[in-house]
Amino acid sequence: MTGYSLTNLQELEAEAIHIIREVASEFENPVMLYSIGKDSSVMVRLAEKAFFPGKVPFPLMHIDSKWKFGEMIEFRDKYAKEKGWDLIVHYNKEGFESGVGPFTHGSKVHTDIMKTQALLEGLSKYKFDAAFGGARRDEEKSRAKERIFSFRDRFHQWDPKNQRPELWNIYNTRIHKGESIRVFPLSNWTELDIWQYIRLENIPIVPLYFAKERPIVEVNGNLIMVDDDRTPADVAAKAKMRMVRFRTLGCYPLTGAIDSEADTIEKIVEEMMTVTKSERTTRVIDFDQEGSMEQKKREGYF
Amino acid sequence: MDIKEFLDQDQKKDLLRLLTAGSVDDGKSTLIGRLLFDSKKLYEDHLQALERDSKRIGHAGEEIDYALLLDGLKAEREQGITIDVAYRYFSTAKRKFIIADTPGHEQYTRNMVTGASTANLAIILIDARKGVITQTKRHTFIVSLLGIRHIVLAVNKMDLMGYKKEVFDSICDDYRSFITDLDIPDVNFIPLSALKGENVVDVSDKMPWYHGSSLLEFLESVHVSSDRNFSDLRFPVQYVLRPTLDFRGFSARVTSGIIRKDDEIRVLPSGKRSKVTSIITYDGEVDYAYPPQSVTVTLEDEIDISRGDMIVHTDNLPKIERHFEAMLVWMDEKPMSSETQFYLKHTTNTTKARIDTIRYKIDVNTLEKSGIERFTLNDIGRVVITSHKPLFFDPYKKNHGTGAFVLIDPVSNNTCAVGMIIDQLKDQDLPSRITDMDLKKIERGECLISREEREKFYDQRGATIWITGLHGSGKNHLAYTLEKRMFDEGATVVLLDGSTVRSGLSKELDYSPADRTEHLRRVAHVARLLNEQGIITICSFISPDEDIRRQVAEIIGKDRFHLVYMDADLEFCRNNKPLLYQKADAHEIENMPGVDITFEIPQATKLTLRPQENDRNCDVILDYLAKEKIFPFQ
Repeated sequence: MTGYSLTNLQELEAEAIHIIREVASEFENPVMLYSIGKDSSVMVRLAEKAFFPGKVPFPLMHIDSKWKFGEMIEFRDKYAKEKGWDLIVHYNKEGFESGVGPFTHGSKVHTDIMKTQALLEGLSKYKFDAAFGGARRDEEKSRAKERIFSFRDRFHQWDPKNQRPELWNIYNTRIHKGESIRVFPLSNWTELDIWQYIRLENIPIVPLYFAKERPIVEVNGNLIMVDDDRTPADVAAKAKMRMVRFRTLGCYPLTGAIDSEADTIEKIVEEMMTVTKSERTTRVIDFDQEGSMEQKKREGYF
Repeated sequence: MDIKEFLDQDQKKDLLRLLTAGSVDDGKSTLIGRLLFDSKKLYEDHLQALERDSKRIGHAGEEIDYALLLDGLKAEREQGITIDVAYRYFSTAKRKFIIADTPGHEQYTRNMVTGASTANLAIILIDARKGVITQTKRHTFIVSLLGIRHIVLAVNKMDLMGYKKEVFDSICDDYRSFITDLDIPDVNFIPLSALKGENVVDVSDKMPWYHGSSLLEFLESVHVSSDRNFSDLRFPVQYVLRPTLDFRGFSARVTSGIIRKDDEIRVLPSGKRSKVTSIITYDGEVDYAYPPQSVTVTLEDEIDISRGDMIVHTDNLPKIERHFEAMLVWMDEKPMSSETQFYLKHTTNTTKARIDTIRYKIDVNTLEKSGIERFTLNDIGRVVITSHKPLFFDPYKKNHGTGAFVLIDPVSNNTCAVGMIIDQLKDQDLPSRITDMDLKKIERGECLISREEREKFYDQRGATIWITGLHGSGKNHLAYTLEKRMFDEGATVVLLDGSTVRSGLSKELDYSPADRTEHLRRVAHVARLLNEQGIITICSFISPDEDIRRQVAEIIGKDRFHLVYMDADLEFCRNNKPLLYQKADAHEIENMPGVDITFEIPQATKLTLRPQENDRNCDVILDYLAKEKIFPFQ
C-alpha cells in the first residue's frame, strides 16, 4: 500500500493539525503564543491549515520583552496586518516603566521579569486556559520528556513528577478552573524538519536568520549585535561589521549570532549539517546554571 | 551531493516510531546513544557537556557515557536512572526515527505502556550473559498487549560472551518458544555489542556466522506503513468548521480506512446517510484521504453533525455499544475505586463510564491470571465497562484508533487508566449501571411465599414466551390472540410488546443497535420479575439478532425462556405492512431489520410458526405449554 503512505513531514503536519483542532474544540479560551521566531511561524501556518477555509478561531499573543530585535517587531507588525491575525501584544508594564533590561539588571533578572513574569501576567489577564507554544522535544534534554499537552497548576507551574500519562493521540484536556494546559504541536519536529517545512511551504521568516553584515561586539565569547542605542556606549564603541546570522531570536543583548555566510535556507541547512552546534547554545540564558531550563520551566517559562 | 539534492531527498523520507525496552544494565541507553552518535546527530556542544558530566557522575569510567545524553531531568540524573518516557530524534539517509525511550523496571510498566502506544516497532534488549529473563517476558507481553507488530530482539553484550554463535542461538530458541502464545507477527533477532558498536550501524566482522543486517540497516528498511488499517473507514469528527453560512465542513483525522469523494457515508449515532462532496485541505482539494491525514470533508445533505460523531461507510459499521470488555492498565498512584464514574475519552468522544467487573488481573511476569478486587498502579487486567453514551468502536486488535481509550479521574483530572477494547460483551448478562460490588450491598428482602405455593395458586409456572420475527410477520396478532385464549382458560398472563414498553419504560431509547439492546434488556428484566412471581409473560419483539436473543435468554433464565419464531419471509411482511417498508426503503426510517440491518434467523427455537397457519398457531403453543407443564401446571 505504498500509495497510501505519508512522508515524515506530512505525518508531522497531520499530527500538529490534529493537536491544534483538539485544543480549539476542547478549551474555552485558548491562545497561541507567538514569539516571531521560525518555529512560531511554522506553528501559525499549521493553525491556518487546521481551520482552512475558515479563520484561526483563537488569538495569537506575543510577549514583548521590549528588548527584541527591531527587525522582529517590524516583521511581526507587517504579517499580523497582512494576514489579519488577531494579535495581542503583552509586556510587563511595571518592569518596563522601572527600566528593567539586560544591560542594567543582568540576564537573569531581565528574563524573569520581562519574559517569565510578563508571560504569566498575560495568561492570567486574559484567563487563557490553553496556550500553544512552539517548543520541540529535540531542543534540549529536559524537553525530551515533555508532554504534548502539559499540565500547569493555578500558579502556572510545571511539576515534572506529576505529569499526566499521554497515550496514542488521546489527549486529556480536563482541568479545574484557574489551571491551564501548555500545548506543543511541534513536539516531534526536529530543527531540520522546521527548515525543510519553511522551505517547502515558503513560510516568511525574520531576515535575521539569514547572513548579513551586522554591527557585532564580542561579549564573553558571544557575538552580540548592537541593535539600538540602548547598548551601553562603551560596548557599542567596540562594534565591528561582521558577516553573521542568528540561529534563534530573542532579546538582542541575550542572543548570540554565529559567523556565517548562509543567506538562503539551503545554505542554512548545509551549515547546520556541517557546523554541528545545537541551536540553544546561542541563547545566553541557558548557561546560568546546570539544568537551568528545567528550573525555568518549573517557574512557568516555556 | 549538493545541499538542494540533500533536501529534496530528505523531504521524501518517512517516519518510523520505535520503542526501546530494557534496563540501563542491558545497555539500552548506550545503544540509543550509539545510534544517535553514529548517525551523526550528536551535536558538538552536547558532546562537550557530556564529557564534563561523564567525569562527575558517569558510570562508564574513562569512556564517554552515552547514557548521560539521554537522562533529562535533574533528579533522575542524580539517581542515575530514567523514570519517564523520553523521546529522541535521529535520521539517516533513508528514514527519520522517533525513539520512545522507556525504563525497564516493573515499577515503570506504565511508562513503557505509554511509549509503546505510539510505536510501530519495539527493540527488546537482552543481556547476552543473562539470556531471556523475567523482564524480557514482561516487555514482550506489553509490546503484544499494545499491538506492536514488529519486534527486534537485540542480543546485546555479545563482546562479553566472545561473540559466540551458540550463545545467540540458544537465546533465540528460548525466546521463540516463549512468544508462541503471544500475537506478534514479525520477530527479528540481531546479535550486537552497543558498547563496541558491533552490528549497530555497520555489520560486524566479529560475528561472521551472522548473515542478517545490522540494527540500523534493519530499522531503515522494515516496512510498517501497511500495518495501518485501510479497510474500515472511521472518521471521528473533531471540529465542525463553519466559516460562512453556506459552508459546513467536518474536520478530523482519518483514523482508518480511505474516504473518497462521492462515497456514500453514514453518520453515527444518528444513522443518517449522505455523500461526500469534497475533501478539503489548505493545499487544495483531494480526491481521497487516508490515515493518518487530517482533512475536512463536506457532505451533500445538511445533516446535524457535531464533535464526537463518526462518519463511516454505509456498509461497514463499527460496534455501537455501551457495554464492552477491555484490557486495562492502571496508571495512577491512586488505586481504582469501583464507585467512581470516570470520564472516558475515546476518539473525539468523552462520556462517563464505570468499571462494572474485573474479570482478572494478569501477572506481567508470569502471565498468570488471578481474581482481584481493584487495580493499583501498574496493574493490567481484563474488565467490563459500561459507558453512559454508546461508543463507536472496533476491537483494538483490528483498529488501534477506535479501540483505545483513556479513563480520567473526575476529581484529580488525572489520566488514571488506559484501555484497549477486546470486543463487545456477548457471553454474559448485560451489566447494570451498578457494579457487582454495589449489588452485594443491597439487602435482600425475604419472600414469605414459596415458588410451590405460587404454582399451586395460579396452576401455572412462571415462564416467558418470546416471539421473534420481522415487522409485519404477524407476531403481534399471534401474541394478542394467545393472550386472550390463555386468559379465557384461566391463566394469569401479561403481554409485553414494543408499543407498550417504548411508550414509557424505554421512552428515551431509539432504534439504534445500542438502544435496542438496552430496550430489550429492560423488557427481559420485567419478564423475569413477573416470572419469578409465577406469572406467564408473552413478549413480542423483533429482537433481530442472536446476540440479543442470547442476552435476554440469559437474563430471564434459560429454563424459563421459550423462543418462538414467527417465520414469515420478507415478501410476506412487505405486503402486510407496505407503508412501513416503503419508508425504510426511502431511508426515512433507519435501523429497520431486514432492510438496512440484518435479521438473523434464530437457531435455537422451541417452536417455529408460520403466519399462514394462524388458526392453528395458538393451539400449537397451548399444546406445547401443557406438555412442558407450564400451563396448566397440574
